Amino acid sequence: MSTTMNPSASRIKVQPATESEGRKDYIRIQDFGFWYGAKKALDAITLDVPERRVVAFIGPSGCGKSTLLRNLNRMNDLVDGIRHEGDIQISGRSIYDPGIEVISLRRRVGMVFQKSNPFPKSIYDNVVYALRIMGVTDRAVLDEACETSLRKAALWDEVKDRLNDSALGLSGGQMQRLCIARAIANRPEILLMDEPCSALDPIATGKIEELIHELKAQFTIVIVTHSMQQAARVSDNTAFFYLGKLIEYDTTEKIFMNPSQAQTEAYISGRFG
Amino acid sequence: MTQPNNDTSAPKGEPWVWFTSLGLIVGLTMVAGLLALVLYNGFSVFWAPPVPIVKLSDGTVLMGQMAQRRVRPDSPASQPKYERQYQVGLRELNGASYVWADEAKIVQEDFPAQTMGLERMENGPAFVTPIAFVNSKGQRVLFKKESFGDLTREVEYATEIREELNTIQRQKIGAVNAKMESTRIDLRRAEDRGEPTAEIKTEIAALESEFNQLREQAEKVKEKDALAKIEARDARGRDVVLPMATIVRAWLPNDMSAWDRVSLFFSRLREFLFDEPREANTEGGLMPAIFGTLVMTVFMSLMVTPFGVIAAIYLREYAKDGVVLRMVRICVNNLAGVPSIVFGVFGLGFFVYVLGGSIDQLFFSDQLKYNNNTPVFGTGGLLWCSLTLALMTLPVVIVATEEALSAVPRGIREASLAAGASKWQTIRDILLPASAPGILTGVILAMARGAGEVAPLMLVGVVKLAPTLPVDMVEPFLHFDRKFMHLGFHIYDLGFQSPDSDAARPMVFATTLLLIILVVCLNLGAITIRNRLRARYKGASF
Repeated sequence: MSTTMNPSASRIKVQPATESEGRKDYIRIQDFGFWYGAKKALDAITLDVPERRVVAFIGPSGCGKSTLLRNLNRMNDLVDGIRHEGDIQISGRSIYDPGIEVISLRRRVGMVFQKSNPFPKSIYDNVVYALRIMGVTDRAVLDEACETSLRKAALWDEVKDRLNDSALGLSGGQMQRLCIARAIANRPEILLMDEPCSALDPIATGKIEELIHELKAQFTIVIVTHSMQQAARVSDNTAFFYLGKLIEYDTTEKIFMNPSQAQTEAYISGRFG
Repeated sequence: MTQPNNDTSAPKGEPWVWFTSLGLIVGLTMVAGLLALVLYNGFSVFWAPPVPIVKLSDGTVLMGQMAQRRVRPDSPASQPKYERQYQVGLRELNGASYVWADEAKIVQEDFPAQTMGLERMENGPAFVTPIAFVNSKGQRVLFKKESFGDLTREVEYATEIREELNTIQRQKIGAVNAKMESTRIDLRRAEDRGEPTAEIKTEIAALESEFNQLREQAEKVKEKDALAKIEARDARGRDVVLPMATIVRAWLPNDMSAWDRVSLFFSRLREFLFDEPREANTEGGLMPAIFGTLVMTVFMSLMVTPFGVIAAIYLREYAKDGVVLRMVRICVNNLAGVPSIVFGVFGLGFFVYVLGGSIDQLFFSDQLKYNNNTPVFGTGGLLWCSLTLALMTLPVVIVATEEALSAVPRGIREASLAAGASKWQTIRDILLPASAPGILTGVILAMARGAGEVAPLMLVGVVKLAPTLPVDMVEPFLHFDRKFMHLGFHIYDLGFQSPDSDAARPMVFATTLLLIILVVCLNLGAITIRNRLRARYKGASF
């Protein structure tokens, strides 16, 4: 059945938002394949993410959406026995270019993980971590970055009086917002979010979704989510993956209202997945 | 509804719970028994019991402190007969400090109030009946109960003078001697090279006159108390004259209040902890051994921690998983099971002879050449002891650190890398702080093992009696080349190498107790630090 639903790359490359507002493609994934050892995880993915947009990756577990996300900042390099083909470009330059240090790539591409993972340090030290390792020691700069990031992450008012307390004393939702603040503190261009709300209650989820809306003005955001509603609420474009293949990629409205693939419709209406 | 009588869901294996708890009970009982034995015997050393005069049926009279009571080996088990051991002291008169007496032969046992116990610098204690004493001004005073206070003051004065003498002889004359030695080396070198020697010779002459002055000063100090003495009579009625300068402590064992006994107990305990040993280590204090053990353990920890942590970081974080890495891990684990004496032999062969010998060749060649080939680092010493034990405890720290590093959640590792940190920055800023409590656990284990180790130390620098401490006020303050005393070796030496094993026996227990307390203290210190660190990471959601 998947043969009939395996559209060619050119057919699914729909970029309404890009065309209408004249934005340039920011992340360009071309014929990207990926293996963990002998196991093929991604198969010829071609997909463009426009600048300052939110793109949601959806699909059942094991479909490769997280793998693709973790390739955008080369976090998968940590795994042994990986192999890739094709290319990923950010602002026109391949991330596998030997001239690009992985470290500088990761400074441009921030990441928020499924499980909040604050360092066992103070709130302040958590937020300014990326700046510190870049060698920033000027206290004024760090203070300013800390406040700005925490404000953007809508956490400032809750923690401004206890910046030197341990980050591990925060609630689950606060910790995840702290992780967002930490990811945006060194002003990356792209923010990757790997199921950022899966461990949070609805109120905390609502806060983070609001946050994504606001962050969109400055960052290009790629979010992996298991929640259809969340994808529908926060994203501009949505990509549906299944068994390592990109089944459909379009505006979120189109995907949820009028998907062109039967499989997509089946998934979003909850009939499989 | 389940019927209670055919309920087959009752937990299986309940007897095993009892079995496992039995194992724990056996273990705990043995540890508690050991501690109780050591505590009782260790502390009874400092306690002063009443001292009887014992008359035996064969006419012998003894005066002494009962040391132990045991079943006579020739008596039947059904009707045990006992014999007692008395510490009679006065070795110069009695020949032996300890005497066995058959309990059946004891005719009479008195506790006369005027019996006096005297702790002395040599020849064991003395238990006598005092007659009179001469004070430092030469006045003879007949001994009465009321004059015991005056006698105590005389003893204290004698102690002061001994300390003064000690300062002159040990410290001042010692410093002059050290200077003299290095100047003599200078002289020999100058003569050897044909350089002018006049200046060095005047220096030596100046040192010699300083030495003579100090010696005269010491004689003068000694004279201040030359007249003072105690005249007494021993159990057999022989007259004994005890110069005050040889007396450390005097007490009336049969005529003292409970408070006096307690204060004597603490006075002896203080001496034990803070003074130097006397009488072939069987009397006096253990300060040099305590100090040596402490300093050696601290240096060992300072050396093993960085090496162990660095090695573990490489093994866990950088080395590629494979056959070689697995082999290395197996080797490290096996290293922990190698008998410690093997490390001692290695320490002697490699650290002392190869490393120490090379250091001497490179930096102390003059000393070797002009001082009868006396080695500096080419012989056992604090540095080599610490290094040998560091090597021995290295596996413990490596394994603990590896465990701690692997226990750091993957999430915060990834978060750090995703923030653009390099691997080294991640290790330094995230992994090491987070695994610090685990690393410290390893260091605690290493310290506990290192502090109690004896066998390798005997080969690489621990001695029976060291004249100087490894850390003192003489430059360069830290004397890594010096030999030192160690509690563990002290126990071995007292128990098995002592000329008077009866006299040494109580000290063995006291020293054992002290070693156990020292190890517990070191561990408590390290555990406190670890708990502080843990508290910092408390509430972690991982």
